[in-house]
Amino acid sequence: MTLSKLAVKNIRKSIKDYSIYFFTLVIGVIIFYVFNAIESQSIALSVSKRAYETIELMNQFLSSVSVFVAIVLGGLIIYASRFLIKRRNKEFGVYLTLGMSKRKMSVMLFFETLLIGVISLFVGLILGVAVSQLMSVMVAGSFEADMSRFNFVFSPKAAVKTGIYFGIMYVVVMIFNTVSVGKCKLIDLLHGDKKSERMSLKNPIVCAVIFVLSAALLGFAYYRMINILKMNDVKQVGFVLLMGAVSTFFIFWSVSGMMLTLFKGMKGVYFKKLNSFTLRQFSYKANTMVISMTVICLMLLLTIVLLGTAFSMSRSLNGNIKKLLKCDLYLYKGMDVSEDVSADETESGILKDLSDNGFEADNFSDMVKYYVYGEDGLTEGSYCGEYIKELTDNYLFVREENLLMIMKESDYNKVAELIGQEKIDIEGDEYVIVGNFEPSLEVRNRLLKENKKITVNGHELNPKFDHCINGMVSMIGTPSEEGVYIVPDDAVSEDMRRYERVLANYKEGSDAQKAAIEEKLIGILDMLWDRDASISYKTKEEMKAASTGLAAMVTFISMYVGIIFLIASAAVLSLKELSESADNVKRYDVLRRIGTDESMINGALFKQIGMFFLFPMLLACVHSVVGFKTANVILESMGSKQTIFSLLSTAAVILAVYGGYFVLTYFTSKRIIKG
Amino acid sequence: MENTEILKIEDIEKYYGSKSSLTKAINGISFSVEKGEYVAIMGASGSGKTTLLNCISTIDKVSSGHIYVGGKDITKLKGNALNKFRREELGFVFQDFNLLDTMTAYENIALALSIQGVKPHLIETKINGIAKDLGIDEVLNKYPYQMSGGQKQRVAAARAIITEPKLVLADEPTGALDSKSAKMLLEGFKYLNEEINATILMVTHDAFTASYAKRVIFIKDGKIFNEITKGDKSRKEFFDDIISIVSLLGGDQSDAL
Repeated sequence: MTLSKLAVKNIRKSIKDYSIYFFTLVIGVIIFYVFNAIESQSIALSVSKRAYETIELMNQFLSSVSVFVAIVLGGLIIYASRFLIKRRNKEFGVYLTLGMSKRKMSVMLFFETLLIGVISLFVGLILGVAVSQLMSVMVAGSFEADMSRFNFVFSPKAAVKTGIYFGIMYVVVMIFNTVSVGKCKLIDLLHGDKKSERMSLKNPIVCAVIFVLSAALLGFAYYRMINILKMNDVKQVGFVLLMGAVSTFFIFWSVSGMMLTLFKGMKGVYFKKLNSFTLRQFSYKANTMVISMTVICLMLLLTIVLLGTAFSMSRSLNGNIKKLLKCDLYLYKGMDVSEDVSADETESGILKDLSDNGFEADNFSDMVKYYVYGEDGLTEGSYCGEYIKELTDNYLFVREENLLMIMKESDYNKVAELIGQEKIDIEGDEYVIVGNFEPSLEVRNRLLKENKKITVNGHELNPKFDHCINGMVSMIGTPSEEGVYIVPDDAVSEDMRRYERVLANYKEGSDAQKAAIEEKLIGILDMLWDRDASISYKTKEEMKAASTGLAAMVTFISMYVGIIFLIASAAVLSLKELSESADNVKRYDVLRRIGTDESMINGALFKQIGMFFLFPMLLACVHSVVGFKTANVILESMGSKQTIFSLLSTAAVILAVYGGYFVLTYFTSKRIIKG
Repeated sequence: MENTEILKIEDIEKYYGSKSSLTKAINGISFSVEKGEYVAIMGASGSGKTTLLNCISTIDKVSSGHIYVGGKDITKLKGNALNKFRREELGFVFQDFNLLDTMTAYENIALALSIQGVKPHLIETKINGIAKDLGIDEVLNKYPYQMSGGQKQRVAAARAIITEPKLVLADEPTGALDSKSAKMLLEGFKYLNEEINATILMVTHDAFTASYAKRVIFIKDGKIFNEITKGDKSRKEFFDDIISIVSLLGGDQSDAL
């Protein structure tokens, strides 16, 4: 019999053991393919500059996460193969006894790894394509968005990348197997199962010290994480993540070493029922599972943050559309300061450009034209003073040198009427701030309370209210109006014009008629753009699509990756616990022999499995507090926020999947230990 | 000695296999054990002695007949009542120790008490007492892999006796021990029997081990073949008696020794 045939027979024979390995590999391939298929998706949707910055940020996140995923999977596979080799020690011992050389055994293992590798890669890729399709269909159904731009098709690039990465991982496994076969001794192989594993107890004092140190490191990592994002120093995110991961590892390492000592101190608890047995089992296993628990904890963290983000995104999406898209069209144009402002308004400007090119204003039912004024030196920095750091540190688009946006009272009231906002009545030397970008309003509210004056064009103005008015003067799809200063009409002079803006509704008609108007208009605007008469535009319909598209995409990716990580971590825990239960059949038998009740045994099993599921989850929850803070920075700039709703939804999904795996594991384990 | 019957076995039978190929592992055995007795059951491999022990310990079920422990018919017990019986009335010593390898000697012994719901603060004094008696106080904080076979078996004996069971059942307790360890264990049993008045039923095929008992029942082919008591004889004389009966058992004598 050739070695390759023997390899095939071996796999068939130990299909039960191999199934755990195989399952792990297939899950790995699926996750990796799906993840890389996302990365290779084109996300160049037509979105605003701010949204684009967000996507850029997200991309940087995704690529560092992708490396992390590869490392995770590599570790997982090596772990699974080690697990397999250990279970087959006796079989290898028999081969050696019968005179097979170690070299031949390595070759045989090579064939086995190769075969399993190829099959799992193949199965994993097929399932990966299927899973990604299924999920995209599911998510697409829950959004009104046109998902045709975001279809999951087979991604050859991702498939090839998966193949290469897994090829490398399999080679590592083969090298690892060869080394471990070369090192093994016959006596250990034959009696491997009888030799009870040594309890390598850690020194509790060392553990306590390490625990304190790693908790401190973790705190520092938390601090850095929050601040790095404030400073937009995204390049260092990877390093901070690594710091967090390392401290997580050492926290698990030290806690699993300490907890037995801690519980032993509590004699009343420790020697109650099967507690001593359960805790021993747990701490023994936990000590050997530090790496896996770290990985699982980090995966859960990602899950929690991603799901939470996804839910708040999808929720705020519809609200934004309703609240923020109040008219059909928004046109704007920067103005050359040297331009002759004395000219009649109908002689130049946006409307003139349009009518010159065949688009008349009678296509609009309502229309407001206004100017945004600015004064040199009257900047965000000069107004906000020391508070400006709070904004510029957190938000990419707020800059100290930006001029304050100033608007005439009469213009504002026209806009307010068009988009359904309350009008403002300014008497004398007063000003009012209108905006809807919360973080920025918060800062301005503080200044208004301090009765901060501004001087516009030589007029000193006092705040009319001690708070900003929630509202907007444009239509940009996200609540990111940072604050517009409404001043008396005579406070500005026309040479302060910075932007010309038009808000309009199309002439009454059917949707098709409106669409026709819009099409014609956009055609002209695009042409003008080419001729360097740059009028920017946003239309309700386009923004609806883009905003839905963007939010849907972010939601989609987040939910997708989150759920897959959740399933992966639950599956790994479950596999580990099942194999643990299989190894423990003898121990539970001993318990039965000394007369332990079945209910007590089941209780012990429940506690043991429960602790394994809970342990990484607890730390992940702590991590996720910082994770949410970080995600909020991104969310806020997209006009969204973590809400109780999103937290509850996240908890529900996690409870369903993770809890489901737990229950499944418990009942299967119960069946296994019944013997 | 007061006349209390701890164990009474009434004409039990145990069959294995189907009708076409029936094996009678136990073919009509009856005997009883008084409180404070130390009984050894001897027989060659396949004589049915381990099956007998399994039936008494409720690990296996008899095909017919009755077994009474403290007057209660245990062949009628089921489910948790069985566990309760095993937990409260019996103590076990197995050939392969059956200690939990993840726990220290102390915790192994304590487990027998904590599953009975004994208050944790009572556990410590109890264990320290029995450990001194059996000479294992040195190894209480060690794990099974750090102990010799003899120490492990004495820990197992401590676990069996700590709950003060009506009956201690030992299945080839010296089977996995070297002669020195075996002797120490048997001295331990002797101590438990004589000083704590523990009732011990031990299954063995080793004449030396059996010679520590006060009474030896010989089994052959699922039936009681002979029975001798030590009486006032020295252990050496009793050992010689046992050897002479073992030789009568015939068949695979070498196996019996």
